[in-house]
Amino acid sequence: MKLHEYQAKALLAQYGVVIPRGQLVRSVDEAGQAAETFSGACVLKAQVYAGGRGKAGGVARVESVEQARQIADRLLHRRLVTVQTDEAGLPVTSLLVEELVPVARELYLSLTLDRSAGRYCLIASAEGGMDIEQTARLTPERVRRLTIDPLVGLRAFHARGIARFFNLEGDLGDATVSLILALYRCFLEKDASLLEINPLVVTADNRLMAMDAKVSIDDSALFRQHDLAGLKDDSQYDPLEVRAARSDIAYIKMDGRIGCLVNGAGLAMATLDMLTECGGQPANFLDVGGGADQDKVREAFRILLEDPSVDGILVNIFGGIMRCDLIAESLIAAAAATGSHIPIVVRMAGARRDEGRRILEEQTDLNIVWQDGLASAANAIVKLLAPST
Amino acid sequence: MAILIDRHSRIVVQGLTGSSGRRHGLLCRDYGSQIVAGVTPGKGGTHLDGIPVFDTVAEAVETCHADVSMIFVPPPGAAEAILEASEAGIRLAVCITEGVPVRDMVLVNRALANSSMRLIGPNCPGLITPGQCKVGIMPGDIHQPGSIGVVSRSGTLTYEAVKQLSDAGLGQSTCVGIGGDPIIGTSFIDVLSLFNDDPDTKGVFLIGEIGGTAEEQAAAWIRQHLRKPVAAYIAGMTAPPGKRMGHAGAIISGGSGRAADKIAALRDSGVQIAESPASMALAMQKAFKAAGLSSHDS
Repeated sequence: MKLHEYQAKALLAQYGVVIPRGQLVRSVDEAGQAAETFSGACVLKAQVYAGGRGKAGGVARVESVEQARQIADRLLHRRLVTVQTDEAGLPVTSLLVEELVPVARELYLSLTLDRSAGRYCLIASAEGGMDIEQTARLTPERVRRLTIDPLVGLRAFHARGIARFFNLEGDLGDATVSLILALYRCFLEKDASLLEINPLVVTADNRLMAMDAKVSIDDSALFRQHDLAGLKDDSQYDPLEVRAARSDIAYIKMDGRIGCLVNGAGLAMATLDMLTECGGQPANFLDVGGGADQDKVREAFRILLEDPSVDGILVNIFGGIMRCDLIAESLIAAAAATGSHIPIVVRMAGARRDEGRRILEEQTDLNIVWQDGLASAANAIVKLLAPST
Repeated sequence: MAILIDRHSRIVVQGLTGSSGRRHGLLCRDYGSQIVAGVTPGKGGTHLDGIPVFDTVAEAVETCHADVSMIFVPPPGAAEAILEASEAGIRLAVCITEGVPVRDMVLVNRALANSSMRLIGPNCPGLITPGQCKVGIMPGDIHQPGSIGVVSRSGTLTYEAVKQLSDAGLGQSTCVGIGGDPIIGTSFIDVLSLFNDDPDTKGVFLIGEIGGTAEEQAAAWIRQHLRKPVAAYIAGMTAPPGKRMGHAGAIISGGSGRAADKIAALRDSGVQIAESPASMALAMQKAFKAAGLSSHDS
């Protein structure tokens, strides 16, 4: 789960990290008032779940209250498209208005998971404000990476090494050490999966400040991070994704017209691949999960049937824990409830497949086509939806 | 022979009295696995369908000589259950639980570095040596005893592969689901190495997916060490970057974890790639053919 910049900064501030003075605003008037407190000179930053905002026009420096109002009017309630979003972009419902801070140096710090090492790592770079992967590629000597032994932890001597790497001494060196230790504590205590400060700046008056902050929380740990779980901003997701999440269905909206309902994440990905190979375009990824009950399966079907961009559905179920006959019953119940008659191609294998098939073939109201094979099922739905010539 | 489990394995189910633990514990027993004990703190001294339940894994090991644990403990307690199994002297722990926090797994994997116990999972379907022993939630009836070793990050996609293999007359030595999380106990390479040394395994089918670089590492290992035909399927060619595709570990991030890179790495190592999920068994047969072997010798 991602946090907005303002949420990430508030979290870091709890751990003693210095952040710019700022205010979250949701309207042009509020933006104007916030700008007034900075005598007009401030930065407006669109709050969306994506990076690359600066180049996309989502971050603007202004010199007057009037200008702040103009920029706020341009940004608020629009969608911001950045290199990290899709073409539709993300809605801007709030702006962070911050003081202008004269900067002497820009640095980079992050904590994240190194999957292959199975450990957390600290990444530091003397090139702040840049994309870290680019820096690592172009000037690897400017990047230091420290893998953390979880039994030892991130220690003051590690942090001192990073301060030296930054060439920060005296009070600033001490501040760097405190900052790094605080970040590690925050990272662990909040079950973060990413904590990035880019840029971390040395201000003209010699303070260490987090100018931007990006924090993601491990979804699997939200059961013990109740405060953070409540920060989730549903506006940043497709409404169907929000609805699916409520029923604990793994669902991702895509661009095509063919809805997909599959059990199991790997099989669901494979089904999308198969469909694409057959010339179809999936409308979504949907994994109902292994132990789904009938309510959940019915809701999954309804999400597809009620999606106006879905012209037809491909169902691929491998029955194990999940029985094919129960899936068939849920499908019929959901279709009856929505009154939908779009074509549905069903492919099932495994537990109680024949019973499932019989249930589907006995009904006559729905436009359901049975297929035995994965490839033939994908081909069938593509053909059914092909414009007739 | 096979790897990791066989008819002699003695299994304790941690979380036996929960709904999943009960259901799958009994299904494994129906398959022929020796489910010798259950563990649920606070329920020691009771029985479930004739299976004795203990408060601790240590008692299950001492009294019933369990050497394998199948773990269904919910996420908040899963890490502790794994550590308990390790300290009790369990040889192999299989954690089925989905949704174990990463921080817990980082610590568990570090602790297990000093343990003789192997962990499989979490967030996995378990493993099965067809006709002998099932420690997991997969449907037993699609498997056939034979000599293909199967290793996978997925659940139902593995069942799909296994069914295709069985339908094509390619039985399996052991099928291992290593799990879909970013941090897991047993890697592709660990399992490939076991298959390499197992005389009953004649060929290997690997199922990977987007996220991380485990497939690339496996490819490098295969090129150097594996002496048997290998075929593979990688799911997620069409997955959009930055989105978590169901599994916690299935995400393309910062240009890393793409299916195309994994496929290229495996192909470079001589692995026969299944171009589509419908042609997994076919790819296995091709791998045997390319090695000058008949898949039916297997």
